[in-house]
Amino acid sequence: MSTRLASGGRLLERSKRVTFSWNGTRLNAFEGDTLASALLANGKTLVGRSFKYHRPRGIVASGGEEPNALVGLGEGSRFEPNQRATTTEMFDGLHAVSQNHWPSLEFDVGAVNAGLSRVFPAGFYYKTFIHPRAAWKHLFEPVIRQSAGLGKAPKSADADRYEYFYAFVDVLIVGGGMAGLAAALEAGRAGAKVLLIEQSPHLGGRVLIDDVMIGDQTGPDWVASATAELAQLPNVDVRTRMQGSGVYDHGYALGYERVADHTPGDKRPRHRLWRIRAGRIVTATGAIERPLAFAGNDVPGVMLASAVRDYVGLYGVSCGDRTVVVTNNDDAYRTAIALKEAGLDVPMIVDARPRSEGDLALEARALGIRVETGVGLAKVKGKKRVEGVAICAQAGEGAVLEDIPCDCVAMSGGWSPVVHLWSHCGGKLNWDDKSAMFVPDPARPPLGQDGMGFVLTAGTTSGALDPHDAMKDAVLAGRRAADEVGHRHAEESALPHVSAPFETPMLPVWVMPQGAAIKLRSKAFLDYQNDVKVSDVQLAAQEGYESVEHTKRYTTLGMATDQGKLSNINGLAVLAGSLNAPIPQVGTTTFRPPYTPISMGAIAGEARDALFKPTRKTVIDDWLDRSGAHWEPVSDWRRPYAICRNGENVKDAVTREITNTRTNVGLLDASTLGKIIVKGPDAGKFLDLLYTNMMSTLKPGRCRYGLMCNENGFLFDDGVVVRLSEDTFLCHTTSGGSDGVHAWMEEWLQTEWWDLKVFTANVTEQYAQIGVVGPKARLVLEALGGMDVSAQALAFMAMAEGELAGIRARVMRISFSGELSYEIAVPAAQGLAFWEACLAAGEAHGIQPYGTEALHVMRAEKGFIMIGDETDGTVIPQDLNLHWAVSKKKEDFIGKRAHERSDLTRDDRKQLVGLETEDPSDVLPDGAHAVEGAKLANGMENMIGHVTSTYFSPTLKRSIAMALIKGGNKRMGQTLSFPLGGDKVIKAKVVDPVFLDKDGERQNV
Amino acid sequence: MLILTCPYCEVEGEETEFHPGGQAHLKRFGPGSSDEAFRDYLFERKNPRGVHFERWQHQYGCGKWFHVARCTVTLEVFGSYSAQSLAPPAEVLETIQARRPGWEFET
Amino acid sequence: MSETVFEGAIRVERFVGFGMITIRGDFSDAKIAQATAARFGAGVPKTRAITVGDTGMLAWMSPDELLAVVPLGEADGLAAALADDLSAAHALVVNVSDARSVFRLTGAGAREVLAKGAPVDMSPQAFGPGMIRRTRLGQVACAFWMSGDDQFDLVCFRSVGDFVFDWLKVAARDGSLPEYL
Repeated sequence: MSTRLASGGRLLERSKRVTFSWNGTRLNAFEGDTLASALLANGKTLVGRSFKYHRPRGIVASGGEEPNALVGLGEGSRFEPNQRATTTEMFDGLHAVSQNHWPSLEFDVGAVNAGLSRVFPAGFYYKTFIHPRAAWKHLFEPVIRQSAGLGKAPKSADADRYEYFYAFVDVLIVGGGMAGLAAALEAGRAGAKVLLIEQSPHLGGRVLIDDVMIGDQTGPDWVASATAELAQLPNVDVRTRMQGSGVYDHGYALGYERVADHTPGDKRPRHRLWRIRAGRIVTATGAIERPLAFAGNDVPGVMLASAVRDYVGLYGVSCGDRTVVVTNNDDAYRTAIALKEAGLDVPMIVDARPRSEGDLALEARALGIRVETGVGLAKVKGKKRVEGVAICAQAGEGAVLEDIPCDCVAMSGGWSPVVHLWSHCGGKLNWDDKSAMFVPDPARPPLGQDGMGFVLTAGTTSGALDPHDAMKDAVLAGRRAADEVGHRHAEESALPHVSAPFETPMLPVWVMPQGAAIKLRSKAFLDYQNDVKVSDVQLAAQEGYESVEHTKRYTTLGMATDQGKLSNINGLAVLAGSLNAPIPQVGTTTFRPPYTPISMGAIAGEARDALFKPTRKTVIDDWLDRSGAHWEPVSDWRRPYAICRNGENVKDAVTREITNTRTNVGLLDASTLGKIIVKGPDAGKFLDLLYTNMMSTLKPGRCRYGLMCNENGFLFDDGVVVRLSEDTFLCHTTSGGSDGVHAWMEEWLQTEWWDLKVFTANVTEQYAQIGVVGPKARLVLEALGGMDVSAQALAFMAMAEGELAGIRARVMRISFSGELSYEIAVPAAQGLAFWEACLAAGEAHGIQPYGTEALHVMRAEKGFIMIGDETDGTVIPQDLNLHWAVSKKKEDFIGKRAHERSDLTRDDRKQLVGLETEDPSDVLPDGAHAVEGAKLANGMENMIGHVTSTYFSPTLKRSIAMALIKGGNKRMGQTLSFPLGGDKVIKAKVVDPVFLDKDGERQNV
Repeated sequence: MLILTCPYCEVEGEETEFHPGGQAHLKRFGPGSSDEAFRDYLFERKNPRGVHFERWQHQYGCGKWFHVARCTVTLEVFGSYSAQSLAPPAEVLETIQARRPGWEFET
Repeated sequence: MSETVFEGAIRVERFVGFGMITIRGDFSDAKIAQATAARFGAGVPKTRAITVGDTGMLAWMSPDELLAVVPLGEADGLAAALADDLSAAHALVVNVSDARSVFRLTGAGAREVLAKGAPVDMSPQAFGPGMIRRTRLGQVACAFWMSGDDQFDLVCFRSVGDFVFDWLKVAARDGSLPEYL
């Protein structure tokens, strides 16, 4: 049983008691605890069930590498699954539940899977459940879904806020242990702008617990003085609770700051994602201890030796009364010594090496601890908790030499430097045979924009496991990082000497015992979270998997949320062993960011709810919103689909708006249309190149409808061009096209025709643009007063400037509905006043605002095209019978060369036609396909085109549609079939797409 | 995420401020050109492993287009220069040759 | 647009009172530069700089574009006058006062509020008075400069004014500053 010790615990505030809840039970803890240390202090050694076999699992580690202790944290809108207990700070009122079990943690029905482990071998996904086919959907999948998955998804929206923060530094140091602090001191003293980030709430790392002397100071004293000096340096910032989560190109790093995880609901952002740009990044991320692979190494109570030591030293928690230490290196002896000094029993140190004569071994023996060498664990006894271990010869197959009762096993398979951040952006690794680990190769770093390496490693991350070597490495890394960004200290500070016990070499041990039989190997876990055993990797190798990346995916080794922090090296060593290949040849899988999972909230930042995406609004927006607008998105704008009157449905509103506009007068907010000023002596010439038709011949004060194609010849935007004066044009674009067309103009001016004297300005938002449309439109403008808008003074396609209702206005007589119609641009700040003036002036004439759907129906009645409906990026103007708007006189315009391509001059291209359904009440669905003749050889219908716009026209009291049909121009009068699925076929006659007022009499008044 | 320097506003900005525009120094072929020349102008693009010349626009900044010489393998940036140039300037070519001995500019 | 002031970790004010004029031209042409400078009483700003004169402020927008910031009621008159001054030259002068929304951010934390959305080094060493930066704030384009100690003016397009105000209100919530800069 684990328990709290009466004294000790460097990180605890024993005067500050807190309570928390675990599976509904109230338990006590201290400030400074992690959830993991608090659970152990309360004797909770069983904390979860494994993913596949639902085996009982306990806490293994004391940091971010923890694979087992994943819990659900918080309640309601603050619930979050799969949080690591080892990195969860304790606070009063913390609420945690275990996961992956049903009905309870102690009794889990899913554990029957463990009994079936022979049917869940490596790659079982690919082997099982294949036959009979129907069984997958109806039997296997529902059952698997019930028991699979990690944790439970939250059910309500997240109550917290998250944000980003951009920071720029010379040197970013990741990790606040001895190496990070030493590197920060060195870079800071040199004058570089330094940011040191540490993922835990406290600084110091392993020197808080491992007995070292730095100069004449103890580890903790040195940490305190280093921290104090850093605080004095104005150019250095130190932030805790902030993980270096990823390193990306050109010195970009993500810092994941857990601002308020330990103070939920205090109104601060819960997480802040720092986007850090650093000249140099120094990773001082330390090393992670490796487990050993012996049978039963997943029984609750089997832990990393360093974790057992951390719990005693940092949290005053005993993980067991009797702890057997099993190791292949000297470091684990520190755990035995620490336990002994805390008054706990260590019945044996099981050392797989043939000899053990280092300083630490001598000290352990002097304390009376029994040390046995050349031995290993045959197995761990116990199911839900450790009850004892069986000792065997490491060289053998597992014959038991001795049984030792114990309630905790502290294991150490050596250490692996945390090379993740070094590797994220391409840093390469070397294999260190002596310590059996991958280490960063400083000759092959990730490269920055200057072609130089921008990541350095410091301390144990570099592979310097000896504390003095680590200190030296860190000091040099800090110095070099500062130097490379232009900061050098006048005098080099002396290198502090770090004294620590002499350690003898470790011995790689990948399977314990070396010749373990299958029965033992199939209980020896490599990946705890995904339940991958030694036997699974060996099976994969036997089945022909040679690549470590393939084996990873086949066995799922290292694919859990811990990304194989504990299992990676052991797994690939077992694979290498099975393949009889050296480990470096087998290689390692790719390290990808983030280092540990980060919250979705942090990734989203502030972009949620109203801030999810910008919504562009016109100055009439507020009025429309108050007046019943039914909104629709039009690119980034929101525009009213229709403006519903009290109790009216949307469909009826559209019909009313159309009828009113065609009989009286309608009012349209057209402010979203793009407006670009093009000015200069070459403006006409430039627009001739940009538009398919001739613009240079336009007279000042006149308007012309124009088309724009890309170099492929395809139509992408249209609008009315107004010549304001000899050298100034105003180009209107589609609502979605204003930014794009302006950028398009600038691109050609800057990159191709930079000899042209032309300036452009996007004035889209300077003006509100209001359409007054309908037979009584002129009456409304006359009522507004201030300008002569008579047919003589302002003819169709003419423009005049003046004042209407006392507001400066530019009036264009243009029509997208076929009615008498004016579009009036006024300064945006006066847009609403002008809109209201129009409503007041038009009241006597029955004026009503109308929305985009009425606009669409009316333009379709007139056969006018809409970019995005009749065009789809493959349509040329000629396909839409717009030959009249494509100049034959101009030598060049964008798209002209493409229009000469044989494929674009075929006369059987899809061409725009009108459609009238046989039954006038049948409205064709948008996009419906026309088919013809026999089916094709592949069984598909012979499709000859599709519907591009389709409406019920209240004006004509029948359905109308436009379609792009192969050779459509030659099909006038033909009846086409539109199958809609099932037996339903709509038949429609090909007609001229201009359905209403073919001669344009309505607008010529 | 790349850092690029806009030669106009001299901002060393991150990639999110910029808009990429593909291969630089294309020669436009218009009316009268052969089908082959026009096809190549529209569609044939270099995709080198190594030194590459690209167009970028400082979309969220001064709005200007410029050219960037960079390595597609190491992401090293050799220089940025005006889009109003028909070929890379000599100093950019020298920088590349110093960093990539033996490399020659191909038009 | 009912409320115009938000008080949180800093004060955010939706601000009406700027006239703005876009001026495009070749400012290395002495005639254009002199006429522009004379009209606003401020020298033509260098790259990414602002200059302040009697009639208004000139801000560098791009090598061939300046933004004049003038009292609201004077934009039309000044734009017309400058256009007239430059009528013989190749230049474009246009009143864009209504095309933009303006925000004034006041408080010691204003830098940090901006640094939550702009990929720009907002430390005092890197960004100070006399400078303008065009960039993005979250997902929208903007430009800002310092209009006093601990005070920034920010402009964005009018159509996203509500969005930017909402954004600033979130970024400037009480207790949300990193306290780093």
